[in-house]
Amino acid sequence: MKISLFVTCLSDVLFPQVAEAMARLLARHGVKLEFPKVQTCCGQPAYNSGYWEESRQSARTILDAFEDSDFVIAPSGSCTHMIHQYPGLFREDPVYWAKAKALHHKTYEFTQFMVQVLGVTDLGAQFPHKVTYHPSCHGSRLLGVKEEPMALLGSVRGLELVPLPYAEDCCGFGGTFAIKMADISGAMVTEKSDHVLETEAEVLVGLDMACLMNIAGNLRHRGEQVRVMHLAELLYEGVSHT
Amino acid sequence: MSRADAGAQTVKERAGLALNNEFLRSAVRFTTERLRNGKQAATAEHGNWDDWRERGRQIRLHTIAHLDYYLNAFAENARANGAFVHFAETAAEAVDIALTIAKHKAASSVVKSKSMVSEELHLNQALEAIGVEAVETDLGEYIIQLAKETPSHIIIPAIHKNRFQIAELLSKEAGETLPPDTAILAGFVRMKLREKFLEADIGMTGCNFGIAETGSMVLFENEGNARMVTTVPKTQITLMGMERLIPSWADLEVMATLLPRSATGQKLTVYMSGITGPRRSEDADGPDEQHIIIIDNGRSLQLGDPEFQELLNCIRCGACLNACPVYRHIGGHAYGGTYSGPIGAVLTPALKGNVAEWDDIANASSLCGACYEACPVKIPLHDMLVYLRRRKNEAGRGDKLETAGMKGFAAVMGSSGRYRSAVSALKLGQRLVVRNGEIRTRIGPLKGWNKYRVTPALPKQSFRDRWGTVEAELRRDVKEMAPETEAKLQALIRQRRNGGDEHDG
Repeated sequence: MKISLFVTCLSDVLFPQVAEAMARLLARHGVKLEFPKVQTCCGQPAYNSGYWEESRQSARTILDAFEDSDFVIAPSGSCTHMIHQYPGLFREDPVYWAKAKALHHKTYEFTQFMVQVLGVTDLGAQFPHKVTYHPSCHGSRLLGVKEEPMALLGSVRGLELVPLPYAEDCCGFGGTFAIKMADISGAMVTEKSDHVLETEAEVLVGLDMACLMNIAGNLRHRGEQVRVMHLAELLYEGVSHT
Repeated sequence: MSRADAGAQTVKERAGLALNNEFLRSAVRFTTERLRNGKQAATAEHGNWDDWRERGRQIRLHTIAHLDYYLNAFAENARANGAFVHFAETAAEAVDIALTIAKHKAASSVVKSKSMVSEELHLNQALEAIGVEAVETDLGEYIIQLAKETPSHIIIPAIHKNRFQIAELLSKEAGETLPPDTAILAGFVRMKLREKFLEADIGMTGCNFGIAETGSMVLFENEGNARMVTTVPKTQITLMGMERLIPSWADLEVMATLLPRSATGQKLTVYMSGITGPRRSEDADGPDEQHIIIIDNGRSLQLGDPEFQELLNCIRCGACLNACPVYRHIGGHAYGGTYSGPIGAVLTPALKGNVAEWDDIANASSLCGACYEACPVKIPLHDMLVYLRRRKNEAGRGDKLETAGMKGFAAVMGSSGRYRSAVSALKLGQRLVVRNGEIRTRIGPLKGWNKYRVTPALPKQSFRDRWGTVEAELRRDVKEMAPETEAKLQALIRQRRNGGDEHDG
C-alpha cells in the first residue's frame, strides 16, 4: 500500500515543520508516508485568478506525482479542495481527466484521514493551554471538514478550547485577493485578529497555513504574541511531551 | 441617480471610499449581522433546511430548463385573466412600454414598490423626463430616493445609512426637525405616502414569483405598501424578470419557506399577496387595467451556458450579501451595479454580456464560499466568480502584470527542478529584506500585503531538503499499522476500484 504525502508548496517552502509534524504523527499510527519529489504546487493561485492553462501546468506535477499512490494526505483543506476541482480543470484532456478523477477520490486532508480513515481521535496528546480554532473556508465549507478537528482537539488533555467569535468568517486571505484587493483583505484580517484577541487564547490553531500565515502576519504587525499553529504541530508537540 | 462615490471608476477605488467611511461600515455591519443571525436561527429552527434548499434548487432548475414552456403558460393564463402581457428584450424596450402606458393613461404620478428590476431599467429618470412623478413607497427605497442614491442592498436598499442620517433626510422633506426615533420617522413617511397612494394614477411593482399555472403574481413584503400600490391606483404595471416564474402554487410552498427565512429570518413576511388579473366586477378594489412587462435584459444570455445558467435560479433574497465578508466591509455601492454583493458581482457582468467595463468586480471576493452556503437555492457563486475571471483572461483582457506573473508561475511550478531553483533563488534574494526572521518591506507584491502584516522569512531548509533525514529516522523506529486499520484501508482501495468510494467533499 502506497500512502503519499502531498506537502503543499506553502508548507514545503515556508512551514516545513507542519508537514513534518503530520508525517511524524501518522508514523505513530503505522502510516509510512512516501514523498514524491516531482510534486510542486496544486495550481490554485492560477486557477482562482482565472489562468487555467497555467494552473494545469502546475497541477500536472501533482497528478503525475500521485498516480501510483493509494492514499494522498495533505496538511491543507484548501489544497485538497483544489484537487477536487481537477476533473473540471482537465475536462478537455481525457488522459489527465482520468488521473484527476482517480486522485480526487484518494486525496484526504490531514484530519479527514486521521479521523475518517484511521478512525483515531485521541492521539494521547497533552497541551495545557488556552486555544482557539479558526475553521478555514475551503476546508470547512467546501470540503466539509468540520467535526474532525473538533474531535481531535476535544481529546487533547489539558487543552481549553475557547470558541472564536464569528469563527466561520473568512480571514481575508483569498490568495491573490490579498494582494489585488489589499485594503479589503486588510480590513478582513484585522477584524479576524480582533476576534482572536477577544478570546484571550494563547494559541490560534487551524488546518491551513495560508490563512494562518495571514492572521499571524497581522497579529505580529500589531505586536501581538498569540502563538499560531497548524493542528498537526499542536498535536505533535502534545504527544512529544508524553 | 447620483451616488456618493460618483468619481470612482473601479471596484478598488469605490471600496477604498467605503473602507474610509466608518458610518457606512458600522451601519452595514449592524444590519447584515442582524439579518444573518436571524436567518441562522430561522433555518436551525426549521430543522430540515438543507433538504428544502435542495427542493428549492430542483424547482428552480426545472423551471429554468423549461423556461420557454412556463413563460408561454404564464402569459396565456395572465391574458385569460384579463391582463396585458408585454415582452421586453432590452431595458430600453421595457422603459418604452412603461412610458407608453403612462402616456396613454395621461398619468401624472406613479407609486412604486419592490423596485429592484426597475432600478435595473433606470425607469424613474425616464418617467420624470416625461413629467411623471415616480414615488418609491418601500421605506428603504423612499429614503434612498430622497437621498438621490441607488440601493446598496437587494432587500435593504438604505442599509448604508444610520437613523441619524435618515432623520436628517426626512426632516428636510418634512420641513421641520424630526427626532432620530424610528417610530416617529416611520409615522411621518406613512402619512406622506398615504397621500401619494391616493393620488397616484399608476401602481408599479416588481414581482417575487410568477405562478405559471394561473398567470398570477406573488409579492412578499413587510410594510403593506405593495398592497396599496397594487390595489389603489386604477392602472397596475408589474415588472417581472423573465426568470421569476415557478410552475405552480404548490411550488410556492417551498419558495415561501425559503425566501423570508433567507432574507430576514422571518417564517413568513407580514404580507404575502397573490394577484390574479385586474379587478373583477365583484371585487371591492383593485386596478381596472393590469399590465405585466416581462423583461429579458441579458437574462437569456445565461440560458444554455453551463457555467452561468444557474444564476437564473436566484430568488433575490439577499442572504449572500448578509453572509459576505467583503460586502460587510465595503457595502453595496462599491460593486457599481444595480445588484451588489456576491450575486451582484456575478449577475452584473453576466447580464451585460461580460463587457469589459464590469471585468474587475469579480476580483472583489476571497472565494470563501459563504455566499454559496447562505444561498437558499445553492447557486455556486464562488465558482462563477472564478469562471468570470477566466473568461476575462481568455478574452485577452487580463491585467498585463498578472498575466506575466502567472506565466512565470506556470514555468516554475511546471517542473520540480525549476521549482527547486526558484526556491533557492528566493532564499538568496530574501537576504536583502529579512530582519530577525521577518520581512516588513513594502515593495512589489508585498506592498499591500505588508501594509497589514509581516511576512515570515523562508527557513534555511525546505521540507523536501529535510525529508531524507526525517524519513530515515521514521523508518528506524517504524511502527506497524494495526491489522484492522490495514484491512480498512485495503477495503477502501477495493471499493474505489469498483467505482464505489466517494469520500466527502
